[in-house]
Amino acid sequence: MKSTKDIAELLDEPACEHNKKEKSGCAKPKPGSAAGGCAFDGAQIALLPIADVAHIVHGPIACAGSSWDNRGTRSSGSELYRIGMTTDLTEQDVVMGRSEKRLFHAIKQAIETYNPPAVFIYNTCVPALVGDDINATCKSAAERWGVPVVPIDCAGFYGTKNLGNRIAGDAMVNHVIGTRDPDPLPLGTERPGIKVHDVNLVGEYNIAGEFWHVLPLLDEMGLRVLCTLSGDARFREVQTMHKAEVNMMVCSKAMVNVARKLQQSYGTPWFEGSFYGITDTSQALRDFARVINDPDLIARTEAIIAREENRIREALAPWRERLKGKRVLLFTGGVKSWSVISALQDLGMVVVATGTKKSTEEDKARIRELMGEETLMIEDGSPKALLKVVADYKADILIAGGRNMYTALKARIPFLDINQEREFGYEGYQGMLELVRQLALTLESPVWEAVRATPPWRTGGLKKSTATEIQAEPLAAQAA
Amino acid sequence: MAEIVKRNKALSVNPLKASQPTGGSLACLGFDRAIPMLHGSQGCTAFAKVFFVRHFREPIPLQTTAMDQASSVLGADENVIEGIKAIAEKSNPALIAVLTTGLAETQGCDVHRNVREFRERYPEYAHVAVVAVNTPDFTGCVETGYAATIYEIVKALVPDAETAGTKPGNRQRQVNCLVSPMLTPGDLEALRDLIEQFNLRPVLVPDLSDSLDGSLTDDDFSPVTIGGTPVSELATLGEARASLIIGASLRKSGELLQEKTGVPSHYFDHLYGLQANDALITALADISEMPVPQKIERQRAQLQDAMLDTHFMLGQLRVAIAADPDQLNALIHLVQGMGAEVVTAICAGNTPVLATAPVDSIKIGDLEDLEVMAKERKAQLLIGNSHAVASAERLGIPILRIGFPLYDIIGGYQKTWIGYRGTRQTLFDLANLVINFAHEEIEPYYSPYAQKPESERQACSPSCH
Repeated sequence: MKSTKDIAELLDEPACEHNKKEKSGCAKPKPGSAAGGCAFDGAQIALLPIADVAHIVHGPIACAGSSWDNRGTRSSGSELYRIGMTTDLTEQDVVMGRSEKRLFHAIKQAIETYNPPAVFIYNTCVPALVGDDINATCKSAAERWGVPVVPIDCAGFYGTKNLGNRIAGDAMVNHVIGTRDPDPLPLGTERPGIKVHDVNLVGEYNIAGEFWHVLPLLDEMGLRVLCTLSGDARFREVQTMHKAEVNMMVCSKAMVNVARKLQQSYGTPWFEGSFYGITDTSQALRDFARVINDPDLIARTEAIIAREENRIREALAPWRERLKGKRVLLFTGGVKSWSVISALQDLGMVVVATGTKKSTEEDKARIRELMGEETLMIEDGSPKALLKVVADYKADILIAGGRNMYTALKARIPFLDINQEREFGYEGYQGMLELVRQLALTLESPVWEAVRATPPWRTGGLKKSTATEIQAEPLAAQAA
Repeated sequence: MAEIVKRNKALSVNPLKASQPTGGSLACLGFDRAIPMLHGSQGCTAFAKVFFVRHFREPIPLQTTAMDQASSVLGADENVIEGIKAIAEKSNPALIAVLTTGLAETQGCDVHRNVREFRERYPEYAHVAVVAVNTPDFTGCVETGYAATIYEIVKALVPDAETAGTKPGNRQRQVNCLVSPMLTPGDLEALRDLIEQFNLRPVLVPDLSDSLDGSLTDDDFSPVTIGGTPVSELATLGEARASLIIGASLRKSGELLQEKTGVPSHYFDHLYGLQANDALITALADISEMPVPQKIERQRAQLQDAMLDTHFMLGQLRVAIAADPDQLNALIHLVQGMGAEVVTAICAGNTPVLATAPVDSIKIGDLEDLEVMAKERKAQLLIGNSHAVASAERLGIPILRIGFPLYDIIGGYQKTWIGYRGTRQTLFDLANLVINFAHEEIEPYYSPYAQKPESERQACSPSCH
């Protein structure tokens, strides 16, 4: 089990703005009125997209049984991450103290069956409580079978999903990053006059393959992505992350400890950015060029931005007309609270309020910058509170995570899913086209009128003529 | 009689099993104004919630005692007591089910004592029914967690005939039904309909067809279930004429119900296939003292006709099945009754009914076992949940989706499998999968001497095919 000190250290993240407040880290959840995942959930979300690794959940069935293979992240090759693996601990394992032994044999079985380049072990509540030493088990398994076995000590009761993200990042920094140097550039990829720079993305999960909208642009700029932690990543890519010239933090502060520690240990500068919306995508590309500070790269980047912005603005023009002025209540965590605002404003939509429960102080400052000082920031994410804001601010649509989908639908309010389980990719310039399509699809749907209408017999009954017409129809058809 | 083959590997790959607290939650969600609270860390609840939301496509009321590091080590009694209080205060539910997890059980919790302490400390919430159930996830599966929860609910909330003064048959037309988790909301609607055709009044316990049937209500939002068996109805079970216990997993609950109330329980392992439904209809005719309605006779005849039509496709069909115990047993009876051969039977947990199933062996295992065995034994068709779809793809054979979870289709929860009509549709679906996907054709033979046009000739000698 992690000690209270270890957890306190992870919660104390100097690069996180929350730290500077008196109440650092995240508030303690209240029994009977809490929502959200646990540290294991967060760690698994952060690392599961590493596609060729055998991910073993060490615990009884509840942890893996209802959670395997349900992420929207996609791989361009290996599909091993979609195979659910768990030690599925039994009562005997727990009572007789046999869980470590089972883990050891489970690692062997995974290696023999699937021959992965590495095995990740996620420790969960029960083995943490009985005191399994997963560090030692992983170490001896790695020695025995010559395959890296990485312990990720993320028992659910350690804390929130956010803490789990950090535990995951920590495990990568401590056990994986820096264990291999990058390959030389593949032959035939060199372009005259272009110097290729190595970069990383941290907190990019390639939901629905959306990063594939962005990667071609980075390639064109002459940036080699050593690794995205962790969308469509491979173990051998994570190993080389220490050699990048710059790191981009994509999903807010979830794994900010990775960026900070890479800066500490290897001096790699990092910046925070997002690929949602035209403005932010362009900004992210510019930031890469700015930090690397290669004049050629800067010029090339500006040309690409100009070309892409023109192209997409033209393609979006007819959609803008349809969406302009529509009022949005945005309720999501962290970076998405501001990055999506910018995407929606690019479309001429009005964001009436935004959720900031998981946002950092810095996120909030950015929101104020984008939406003005008066903007409503919602901390209470209960369905009841959300519906009240929708009504009070006359929002046309709720944009939130999948968990709130039925809150909206049951209240007959249009909805767009923005979280990791979604099936559509919104990143980059091209992703904007998918975003507008999905927005229009729900906003303009004819079903809203149908589901809001009361049955005719309750509002005074069918008009006599309509009723006879309906009855007469089959007869008329027969006659014809 | 089946031999039960237990797990023999360290790693479970592509689990078939979901946890006991998940099953317990499902049972609780079938009551009106109810909410389950899992006693564990927040993730236990979050995962269970996502599991149900993906299956039912409905908002799911589910709470947590939110155990953290300190309460995991030092004791979490306060989490349970204050958690119940917070829900009672905020949501005014009729029923709270406190379900333990592996974490709480390993720590050594005593939720039954916690509920008593809650009663002492907060007498103002005496009107809220609270039931504690031990459902650690290091044993059992969805079905056993569900059955344990129904047992505790009957034990705690159905009054003894002696003390309450209930008398079997006081309500001449009431029939109680304890129903297994293998029955979908669609099945429960069909069951209700069948019983009502005998002029009887069914009380379904629990009733997911009234809470998770996917209907749009006037309430925008509710923190507890809308619909389901009213908790107050449990006090009337002792006045019923009979109880129907559907699903072998609920036998113990059925025995307890009879012991407490004196109302005779009738047991049905499942309701798939002609014989199982004949038993149900015969029982309903006996209980109601009514002849079998014409409409039901007609449906039986339709099923018989469908059996004739589909036996060509299903006879000798090699089938692999993965499911929880009640459903596995039911499916084995159904397809073997059609002349098919169950070549692989994988079960999420071990319960007594499995030993009675008419196959040689049943493996307690995961979807990797299913895949390996189905391949070895040349299965032609798979029956399992949405997770098994990837297995079917790798095996290159069709799949009939059934069970929990069904997340890659819409409306899976609403499908009707039971009764003569449900069985008939199942046979059609199975036969169509065979016709469209699993039909084995003879490979064409190309004779080197044949005078086919140049373009159709194969560069091949007579012996090389």
